[in-house]
Formats: sequence, C-alpha cells, structure tokens
Amino acid sequence: MAGQALDKRSNVSLARRAWAIRRNALLMGEVQGQGYIGQALGVADVLAVSYFHALTYRADDPEWEGRDRFYLSIGHYAIALYATMIEAGILPEGEIGTYGMDDSRMPMSGMAAYTPGMEITGGSLGHGLGIAVGAALGLKRKKNPAFIYNLLSDGELGEGSTWEAVMSAVQWKLDNLIAVVDFNNQQADGPTTQALAQVPEAAKWEAFGWFTQSVDGNDMDAVVAAFDAARAHDGAQPRVIICNTQMCKGIPFLEDREITHFVRVEPQEWAKALNILDEGKPA
Amino acid sequence: MSDQHLSRRQSKYTARTAPKGEKLATSAMIASLDSEGRDTIAAPFGHALVDLAKDRADIVGLTADLSKYTDLHVFAKAYPDRFYQMGMAEAVMISAAAGLAREGFTPFATTYAVFASRRAYDFIIMAIAEENLPVKIVCALPGLTTGYGPSHQATEDIAIMRGMPNLTIVDPCDAVEIDQATRAIADHPGPVYMRLLRGQVPNVLGEYGYRFKLGKAQMLRDGRDVLFVSSGLMTMRTLDAAKRLQQDGIDCGVLHAPTIKPLDIETIVAEARKGGRLVVTAENHSVVGGLGEAVGAALMRAGAHVPFRQIGLPDAFLDAGALPTLHDQYGISVDAVAAAVKEWLE
Repeated sequence: MAGQALDKRSNVSLARRAWAIRRNALLMGEVQGQGYIGQALGVADVLAVSYFHALTYRADDPEWEGRDRFYLSIGHYAIALYATMIEAGILPEGEIGTYGMDDSRMPMSGMAAYTPGMEITGGSLGHGLGIAVGAALGLKRKKNPAFIYNLLSDGELGEGSTWEAVMSAVQWKLDNLIAVVDFNNQQADGPTTQALAQVPEAAKWEAFGWFTQSVDGNDMDAVVAAFDAARAHDGAQPRVIICNTQMCKGIPFLEDREITHFVRVEPQEWAKALNILDEGKPA
Repeated sequence: MSDQHLSRRQSKYTARTAPKGEKLATSAMIASLDSEGRDTIAAPFGHALVDLAKDRADIVGLTADLSKYTDLHVFAKAYPDRFYQMGMAEAVMISAAAGLAREGFTPFATTYAVFASRRAYDFIIMAIAEENLPVKIVCALPGLTTGYGPSHQATEDIAIMRGMPNLTIVDPCDAVEIDQATRAIADHPGPVYMRLLRGQVPNVLGEYGYRFKLGKAQMLRDGRDVLFVSSGLMTMRTLDAAKRLQQDGIDCGVLHAPTIKPLDIETIVAEARKGGRLVVTAENHSVVGGLGEAVGAALMRAGAHVPFRQIGLPDAFLDAGALPTLHDQYGISVDAVAAAVKEWLE
C-alpha cells in the first residue's frame, strides 16, 4: 500500500495530505505566476510525514512549549511549509491568495517574525542546523523531551557552517536532533552533485557519527519508516534522513523541465497542473 | 602593479641582530595592559558573570576554543554544566547561542573580536540580530591590543558591527566598567556586542565614582579648552592626557561614551555645543566607521558646527610588535594624544 500510509491520529491518508500540500503550493505559485514550486512538489511527501505523522504540535498554539520544533533553514521552501501549515490548520486557508504579496504573513522567503509556526528565519543557507544544535542543547537543559527537526537542502551541504554543526551535534550527543535533507540534486546553477562533490552523501554523515538513513523521499511508506526509526533509535547520537526526491514530483510536464530550481510556468499551465493533480487525488 | 602592492610583498624590515645584553621590546607583551604601572583587577568579565549566574539560571557561556583568553574559563570552572566548549567553529558557536536563546537562555558567547566580526557576521546578523535574541557576544583583543598583526587586530570591528540593526555595541574602558557593563548587558533584552579587555585589567574609573549606564555617555571630568569624546581603553588615554595637558595650561574635559550604538547623541551634542571647545574623538579603532565618524555625523546632523578632530588608528593593516611601541607609532599612547592636542591648539 505504498503511498497510502495513514496518519496515526486521523483517518486521512498521508497521500491525501501530500496531495493537499501540492495543491496549496500550486495555488500559491499561481498567485505569483512563479516560485519555488518544483521544490514544494518534490518535498510534499516528506512534509506530509513530518506534520501528519511525526511531529507533536498544537495547531492553535504554534509556540506551545511541548511542541517538536521544525526548523526550515531553506527559506525559499517557505511555499512548501505554508502549504503544509495551511493543511495542518496552523495558517488559515484564506491567506493562500496573499503569498508573496505586500503585507502578507507569507513572504517568499520564510521568516520567523512574519508567520505563525515558522520557527526560524531561513534563507541564508547553512544556519538552520547550527541553530538546531543550540536549541537541542537548550531542550536538554530544560529536560524537555521534544525533538528538533531541521529541513535542509542538498545545496546547503556546500556551506562549511553546516559541517561545523554536523560535528557539534555529535560532540554533544544530540539524540533529540533529526536532520532531514531534501536531496533533489538541483541548486540555483544546476545539479548539486556537479557543484561540490557530495557523493557518497550518506557515508559522509555516517563517518561523522550520525545515525544515517537514506530513502526515496517520494515513497511515503519508506519516509514513514525512516522517521519512526530516527525517533526510536536508542544511540546517543543525532539522526539524519537523506530524502532523495524528484523536483516537481507529480506533475510530469514540469518534472521534464530542464531548469527546475526556479521553474518557469506559463499562465495557462497552472490550470493544467491542477487538473493533473486532481485527476490523481487519493482517497 | 602599483608601488603600494610591491610594498606589501617586500618586507620593510631589514635584517637585525639582537644587541648583546639588551632586551628588545617584544610582541609577547600582548593584550594585557598590566605593564603600565596601574592597579589591576583579574578577569573582571569572568568574575562578574559568575556572580550574575548565582541568581540567574538562564545564563550560559559558550566559546570557540578561547575560554582562557576571554576570561570565560572563570565561569567554566564555577559552572561546568552551564559552559559549552564549541570548538574552533565560530559559525556553530554563534548559531547555537541563537538556538539556546530561542529556548529561553541568555548566552554569553566569547571569541576574539576579529573572528566574531569578520568570520561570524552572517550568523550574528541573521540568527541573532534579525530575531532580536538576547545573545551577548563578548570579544577580546579589540582594536590594537595585540602585537600579532592584522590576523588578530580587530581595528575595524565596530565599523563592521555598526551597520547591524538591533545590535547594541559596548566598548568599556577598564575593569570597573567591564564588571558593571557585564551585568547591564545581561539585563538588556536584545543582542549585544561587547569589546573586552581581559586578564589583568587596569582599574581606572574607580577614582571617578563612575557607574556604567547602558546607552549613556558621561562626563568624567570637565574642561574649558578641549572636549574629548572617547570609548574603551582610549578613555584611559584621554584621562591621562588631560592630566598631562593640565600642566601645560590646557584644560580638557573627558566625555566617556562606552555605548557606541545606540550612541548618546543628545549628551554628545549638548556637551559639544558648550563654549567653543575643540572636540576630539579618541577610539581604539580605525578612523573609518567607528566612534569618531559616528560623533562627527551626529554633530553635522544636529547643526553643531564645532572644531572637530579625530584620534584613532589609521586605515591600514598595522604592524606586528610590542604594544607600547605600536601605540606610540599609531598615535594612541598618552604621549601621542597629548602631542596631537597641543599641535591642534597652536
């Protein structure tokens, strides 16, 4: 039953959640006529598992002390997180039409001061995992059992500061820290693996001392199993899930576009993309 | 290639043999200003932080392999479980301090001023300042307080940091002020960058009955002819220069402005407007982008067109050497300050 795993707390399937995330993201992309829609479509399954299977939180109280923290260091993925938080009821659906507009709570690049549920200000890459290290230390000081999740991108692994944080998390035995890498092999100028040698990615994290899993990030069952294993692992070490995803996943004519970091979508194509998505609407 | 470039490639020094029976001045006399024959107090920052931490469980300390050289080792010894040795990794030290602040703690993060201002800038501005988190970045070796050369001399740290919104910048003068300022910045709800004198730190302000107030410039002594506006260790210099110039019949006031940002413009402009004095700023920092230019701009904006001079380090990469030699060479010793004022008044 690949793609049909159920949210443990509701009878809505994770596949349906991912579908809703993709749909919200497409609607936001249409508002601007452009945007990081390729990333949002690619990471939708990972976010569905994060917000509808793994994380503990209260939709009506995004700063509840007992929540798991979800740090989005890749600010330009904000469209994907807004789409997710709308589905989760943290943000109202009525704000979809304001994405990237003046005075909106949903700016193009995610910032903590603008948006309920947006924990950190991302965008300058290589910051999120370091902040997560400090927050994980802080939670331990408070004996708060919450997890810190940090969603980072493959391109962000080129930043040296990310590797300072990778070493530090091991030094401090941060078993409450779960890094999630969206490995879609696309950065601004082209394939990530052609920019800074990043293969074999999993072996590197493992060598640094992380409990490392590498999965197909668009295989819902595999992602669920990886998140479960990351939380249940009993080693005194941080955890990383490398999610290999397909940019623009679910919309074949966009998947085939060569340049997908900032994908061009013609005005008439939004409706076409939404139609394709709706035809495959899961139960 | 220009002559300037050639001069960087060719040593200006010639072969030199140590004279028999005579010791040359050495750059090993770094950073501790205890060679000037004053009373000193040991590690005022470290002891103040320990004292503060007794009543405040939220205070934690982080360093990037420089606890012993920023006096944070005193705190580490007193509170080992509240001390985080982050290794030689300034980016994660600063980011982790932001993370700890997010979870309700008040982190004091220490390193050298060059590394915080140059290497960690992006992390300070985005992880800390943009979200107005209460992280205190406390940095040793400000300006010209080491003879190690440009790698360790933070001659432009204030110029770098002044552009950062939300950031408060403090440049304390001596051990008394470091003790008081440490307590004051712990109470401040936002981020702070504080320059630190470490080790055996002179006690200068004790005799002036001074109390540090965050954001306030205060007159330490008044005078009719010259108004010094100074911060950091240059307030030691201007106080001493004022005493010396008094013997020559030159009456100098000293307005100490340890908070560089936000600058106490009201007090500075009001004092500058009093009675036709020559206004002389004095800073342990490049003449570019520090206290001097901040004061000059504030006076211009206020329409206070007073005679104005600036004492500070040149806009250049400075030499290695012994501090007393370098302070004379670059015009921030007492002798040099007094000589400059006399020349300007002639």
